[in-house]
Amino acid sequence: MSTNYEERDLGFEREYDRTMPRGPRRMQRRKICRFCIEKVDLIDFKDVKLLQSYIPERGKILPRRISGVCAAHQRMLAEAIKRARNIALLPYAAD
Amino acid sequence: MAKRTYEVIFIVDPEAADEEVMRLSEGVQKIITSQGGSIVKTEMMGKRQLAYEIKHKKDGTYVLLEVEGSGGEIAEVERRMRVNDQILRYMTVRVDEARRRAQKLKDRRARKAAKQPSNGKAKRAAAVDFEADEDDQANRSEA
Repeated sequence: MSTNYEERDLGFEREYDRTMPRGPRRMQRRKICRFCIEKVDLIDFKDVKLLQSYIPERGKILPRRISGVCAAHQRMLAEAIKRARNIALLPYAAD
Repeated sequence: MAKRTYEVIFIVDPEAADEEVMRLSEGVQKIITSQGGSIVKTEMMGKRQLAYEIKHKKDGTYVLLEVEGSGGEIAEVERRMRVNDQILRYMTVRVDEARRRAQKLKDRRARKAAKQPSNGKAKRAAAVDFEADEDDQANRSEA
């Protein structure tokens, strides 16, 4: 019986925690795709300087929820990064 | 068969001399032309640091070729490169499809811009008008 109470309390806490960071996050400005603004139609895998700005420290591909890149351009970007990795222009993993 | 365009990029051992790199590049070009392909562009990208070690080498000389052909010559070139110890790595990317897609997007944008050229200008004009109104109001309140 008492465990029932605790479970309910936990549920409430979880919900509370989930809503907490949501408040300020919603205030953030909507990011806009940089490639759309610059009207980029093709992302070249040899353009290391550009690709490097989309791979953080660890060498992973920056998710678009952070960079704000649109879906179409993220697809091109991911493809280009993977090609660049294959030919050793970019690391697969770094630290 | 329809013409296809490829980018062939390969990394040569950094210890190979410039002439040797040239010789390799020419060899590859000869294979392609003998198989019925044609070379559109060649570029020596020079020696640069590899992002990770390949065959315990930290640098490599990059060579880029743009090739037009049916695809058969690519298979032959890759077969040769695979057995060549001086070539650390190679990669072939088909580029004609992506370029065509990019051109289509560009054309579509151009058409869109031609269709309603007044749109951007009208908005800007409206914004200017609004500012003018504000100025008028400010003047009136001062007066």
